[in-house]
Amino acid sequence: MALVEIRNLTKIYHREAQEVLVFQDLDLDINEGEFLSLMGPSGSGKSSLLHLLAGLDRPTKGTVAVGGAQISAMSQRELSDWRASKVGFIFQFYNLLPVLTAAQNVELPLMLTPLSAKDRRDRARFALEVVGLGDRTDHFPRQLSGGQEQRVAIARAVVSDPALILADEPTGDLDAKSADEVLTLLQRLNSEMGKTIVMVTHDAHAAERAHAVMHLDKGVLTR
Amino acid sequence: MAAIPLVYNLRSLKQRPLSTAATAIGLGLVVAVFIAMMALAEGFQAALTTTGAPDNALILRKGADGEMSSGISREIASSIAASPFIARDAQGQPLVSNEVYVVLSLPRLGVGMANVVARGVSPQAFEVRKGIKIVEGRRPQSGSPEILVGRAIVSRFAHCRVGDKLSFAKREWTVVGHFSADGSSFESEIWGENEQFAPAFDREGGFQSVTFRLANPEAFPAVQKALQDDPRYQVDAYREADFYKRQSAMLATVLRFVAIFITAVMAIGAVFGAINTMYAAVATRGPEIAVLLTLGFKPGSVLLSFMLESLLIALIGGLIGCALALPINGIVTSTTNWSSFSEIAFAFRVTPALLTAGMLFALGMGLIGGFFPARRAARANVIETIRQG
Repeated sequence: MALVEIRNLTKIYHREAQEVLVFQDLDLDINEGEFLSLMGPSGSGKSSLLHLLAGLDRPTKGTVAVGGAQISAMSQRELSDWRASKVGFIFQFYNLLPVLTAAQNVELPLMLTPLSAKDRRDRARFALEVVGLGDRTDHFPRQLSGGQEQRVAIARAVVSDPALILADEPTGDLDAKSADEVLTLLQRLNSEMGKTIVMVTHDAHAAERAHAVMHLDKGVLTR
Repeated sequence: MAAIPLVYNLRSLKQRPLSTAATAIGLGLVVAVFIAMMALAEGFQAALTTTGAPDNALILRKGADGEMSSGISREIASSIAASPFIARDAQGQPLVSNEVYVVLSLPRLGVGMANVVARGVSPQAFEVRKGIKIVEGRRPQSGSPEILVGRAIVSRFAHCRVGDKLSFAKREWTVVGHFSADGSSFESEIWGENEQFAPAFDREGGFQSVTFRLANPEAFPAVQKALQDDPRYQVDAYREADFYKRQSAMLATVLRFVAIFITAVMAIGAVFGAINTMYAAVATRGPEIAVLLTLGFKPGSVLLSFMLESLLIALIGGLIGCALALPINGIVTSTTNWSSFSEIAFAFRVTPALLTAGMLFALGMGLIGGFFPARRAARANVIETIRQG
């Protein structure tokens, strides 16, 4: 059953007076529980597609539905609420808030839920244990390695239990060993917790860890 | 709307201690100047509003706008003293003080001359005015060229210590005591006996004012009407407290206006400082803002968070301002009382209300200084920021 349904998706950017066509009439279904890698050269529109899936950007034409919800038709306010509960986002540069501890960073998405402070703390700690950082809860990002920071970011992405995880070059800034740990973790989230994952990557080795690899080039998506 | 945790703002401020401190100090200095100048106006007004009692009546010549320009003949003064409106002491004497009011130019301690009010009073004046206390020495003896000096000017003018002799009106006057008057403007005056001052100042024909204790303070409107309507008198009657309060109003208003004007100009600078600091904070924390918005925090939460951060800086600034201004409380200064052109000494009054106003002023500056940067943060282009890493 498709969790994500993309239909006739077209994205055009306006740069000064010029129109830049990123992709046109794209169709894509991503099944629940799928781990999909999205590859392609720089500027091919991989990240743009990810941003559209996250509701951070709006399509020029076409529709994006996630879990039956037409996110392309939502208002900004509805999108904020939807993102808070339905999607987790992992960035290339981790993007942890440097002044918050690992646990506080992971707890952030839970601030958008009605959970009590104690429940929030418990869940954040549990998420950090899942990513193997149960002993680093009070560490600040600067006290962690790149790999550890990305694992904290993964804990933050899953802590509110979203069905869909979007990862934008999650290993792009990591050494091979850390990258491997992060990919293993993503595989576990997919296989053990049933998370649907869409991962944008340049790295063919990383892409191989997914169930399926798709290529986006010159606006055309191929398996 | 979910709030971004406050700890995020607190720690972000700690991350950039120099710019936080510089902005807070800038705001603090403005607040300190504001409080100090308002304390000046407050102190001046307090000195004059504590002058006079509500159960005393002050009688001036009709149309006179102050004691200096007033004149009441001895006959009228005697007639008023015999009226039934006046309270009497245990011996049955009317509690009335016929007063000579003259402005003298006396040498200051240090350099220059300044004007001082010399008030010739009846012996009953010390009963009519309840707050008068001899703090050193004694009262002048009737029939002697003796004077009392208000304690606020003792240290500001030469030859004012007890036992000193002061020369004015072509005579020598012995200082026999110092008096306090509950911090009122009487403390900036020299008092002697009216019958000594009148010939010395060539005022034998009458007095400048008559002050008496009302037999029934509530009946003042009736007393006022009776005296003002009597064609023999040609006088205006005031509640003594109201009269001095009205005298202080204009200068206090001017002082307050100057305080607000100067601090408003300074505040513009401080607000720009706050705006700069907050814009810098927003600029360097673009990725953090993008993350917050991506996680699902609404632009309104981001706006609120950065406004709060600006308010936290303002709060620190306000506290610095209050701490800087507080020590001036009680410091005695002087100005010219516009209604008598004489020097009036008074203490800066840093009141809780002024400190509160100072804090609110600081928070107001923080609010204005934080709004535009916070709005920029709330309107951040998430995708552009994420792309830039």
